[in-house]
Amino acid sequence: MAEENKQNPESISRRKFLRNTGFTVGGLAVGGVLGSLIPRNNDKQQKAPPAEAENFNQALMYFTPEQFQLTEAATERIFPEDETGPGAKTLGVAFFIDHQLAGDWGFNAREYMQAPFFKGEKVQGYQGRLRRRDIFDIGLRELQNHSMAVHKKKFTELKEEEQDAILSDFEQDKVNLTTISPSGFFLLLRSATLEGAYSDPLYGGNRNMNGWKMRNFPGSQMAYTDIIDKEFKKINPQSLKSHLNH
Amino acid sequence: MARKLPKVDVVIVGVGWAGGIIASELTKKGLKVVGLERGKERKTEDYFMVHDELRYALRYGLMQDLSKETITFRGNERIRALPMRQYGSFLLGDGLGGSGVHWNGQTFRFLPYDFEIYSKTVERYGKNKIPAGMTIQDWGITYDELEPYYDRFEKLAGISGEENPLAGKRSDKYPTPPMKKSPPLKMFEEAAKKLKLHPYMMPSANLSESYKNPDGISRAACQYCGYCERFGCEYGAKADPVVTVIPVANKTGNFEIRTHSNVRRILKKGDKVTGVLYTDVTTGEDIEQPADIVVMTSYVFNNIRLLLMSDVGRAYDPGSGKGVIGKNYAYQVIKGNAVGFFEDKEFNTFAGAGSLGMVLDDYNGDNFDHSKVNFIHGGMVSLSQTGMRPIQNNPVPGGKPTWGKEFKEKSVKYANRFLSVAAQGSSMPFQHHYLDLDPTYKDAYGDPLIRITFDFEEQDRNLAKFLAGKCETVLKEMGADHIDTMKELGPYDITTYQSTHNTGGVIMGSDPSTSAVNNYLQMWDYDNLFVIGASAFPHNSGYNPTDTVGALAYRAVEGILKYQDKGGQVV
Repeated sequence: MAEENKQNPESISRRKFLRNTGFTVGGLAVGGVLGSLIPRNNDKQQKAPPAEAENFNQALMYFTPEQFQLTEAATERIFPEDETGPGAKTLGVAFFIDHQLAGDWGFNAREYMQAPFFKGEKVQGYQGRLRRRDIFDIGLRELQNHSMAVHKKKFTELKEEEQDAILSDFEQDKVNLTTISPSGFFLLLRSATLEGAYSDPLYGGNRNMNGWKMRNFPGSQMAYTDIIDKEFKKINPQSLKSHLNH
Repeated sequence: MARKLPKVDVVIVGVGWAGGIIASELTKKGLKVVGLERGKERKTEDYFMVHDELRYALRYGLMQDLSKETITFRGNERIRALPMRQYGSFLLGDGLGGSGVHWNGQTFRFLPYDFEIYSKTVERYGKNKIPAGMTIQDWGITYDELEPYYDRFEKLAGISGEENPLAGKRSDKYPTPPMKKSPPLKMFEEAAKKLKLHPYMMPSANLSESYKNPDGISRAACQYCGYCERFGCEYGAKADPVVTVIPVANKTGNFEIRTHSNVRRILKKGDKVTGVLYTDVTTGEDIEQPADIVVMTSYVFNNIRLLLMSDVGRAYDPGSGKGVIGKNYAYQVIKGNAVGFFEDKEFNTFAGAGSLGMVLDDYNGDNFDHSKVNFIHGGMVSLSQTGMRPIQNNPVPGGKPTWGKEFKEKSVKYANRFLSVAAQGSSMPFQHHYLDLDPTYKDAYGDPLIRITFDFEEQDRNLAKFLAGKCETVLKEMGADHIDTMKELGPYDITTYQSTHNTGGVIMGSDPSTSAVNNYLQMWDYDNLFVIGASAFPHNSGYNPTDTVGALAYRAVEGILKYQDKGGQVV
């Protein structure tokens, strides 16, 4: 605990929160918020994590190796490594997308997928019957096909500028596809890339919180009461995992 | 055949803000109340891992499961309505507390002008100011009549705020002082004052200090963690029904909440309703709950859908303008905004609270002269600091490019260097904007979905442009180096998030031929049926709706007690 706070002076423990707010346990109980705020292992020394722990999360749940490589290459063009920091590949974005496609999101599980299907106005939103994992299957295959048609090379073998041009063709609907909208696939890939770069590392992207560090986003902090009315302050990020230690 | 349960005094359909207020007040008076909630139980411990933008903001962790039920939408009657298959424009709440759990906590009173909008517009500008097809009408209640109920809701929730110089008179000050003023708020305040405008701190349901409300409920102060809208509050600092009214109702011993109970019909006999029919979604069993009084307190869409499916009340006919259920659907004109980029300043905008902000109402309601503009009403202009979470906030000057090297460089550079000044425009009703049952699409139980027919009008386009210009002026004064301002409102688009402020459909008024409920939200056609929520708004103001929903719920409590005492219409 003490160690952790030294590294991250802005982090406020749940116990300190109780002191800060002067929360009085009076009146009617309001649903047990206090129970969850009481530290479980506050006096015990935190064990240091083993150096260079193997990341068992980096395996594939959905993609074939070829789909994975294509996704890694394409997302790196959307969010490339540069002077500002790591790109999609280093951040683990392709693993993130693979894991997401394997679950609810890939199956559109919480979306209305009932028939009948009609082509609608743009303002009426997505009206297709395909689920995201189908769209990725088709989109990635067509990305490869388009690359072969234009350059007689796989997408992963192209130069960066050539890869950008292929992706632009999708973005601007310059590829003829019957089953999916090329720009729709591109937008899906783009939003999934940002999600993978900036979501909590628990989902497999934003490796070591490097996406957050790059833009000075502190991740999940318990409180900002001490800095909210102050000038900009850089704070070392914390992920949701740190909450389990409080 | 449905299993029939013993009769209770009151059955409530949906346990969010409105249902919670009705339950707490009626059970305190000794009435036996059953609350039917189709979602699940919620409690503060659920939010232990709530600082998760992906789970809650992008994957809609707290929202209604659209695979089971959604809405259908079309811009006008000539095209086919299609289902909203994925979330976009608005987010439907779900579970105990409803939308009251995932709100930001911005708690405004509507203006005196709002409640008498037709009379006051005609009085100042003449009848011709109201364009053909615009169906504004007076609410059948005045601001002064509603004021005591606003005060009650604000004390229940512990609203933190300071006097708005351009609003209706208050009988008392806010129960807690305004929230802390962050540097961007100070910049907005200074700029607005230089422009001779009237900024004030946004009234907030995120407590500025710990507070004990009149029911004896204590809550902690907001920690400015930056996860409010779309999230539940891990501290209970944001007022929501689960940490305020529901425990009060539970404590009386007179309240029974049944979660996973999806009400599918209001039952009626003659000119009275007799109870409700619901499905226990965990077993599939159909159950009848008889009651002396039925109170509908679900979200706008479901209030109307249930009435229409149950053939209760006169369905609205957009051709003739006759009928009332589904009439005057309105929304919010929210896109009249400007974003300013700053080269030499960085802000702690990752920190914030749902209703941490500064507002000005110089362009809201009828606070300015409309004789030279081609719209009525207006909207609030504000800078709010709700927490700039990184997946959803990546603007670059000029809006382009949206990917690649330059996008990455700029979106990272400006991540903590941009501020938005935003307008929340009012939304006027039109004869051809309405809600009815969709003829094609069904929910998971085979019942029809509700259908929205709605688009932006000339009024909205002019208003949005006007407000965007005002936002830009404030940002300029704040010293932004580059400003991107909305140019054209465009058609209403259900795919981009705007606001979960859907209103109308069971509107209040003083005339049974043009309104569905009286000013106690009692149905004109069924004395023992009360329909509460933003569904009662005849139009939507340039503010967030929750304070007015809360006030109307307290007003309805009085109506229900009067009805229980004497019967008949209580007005």
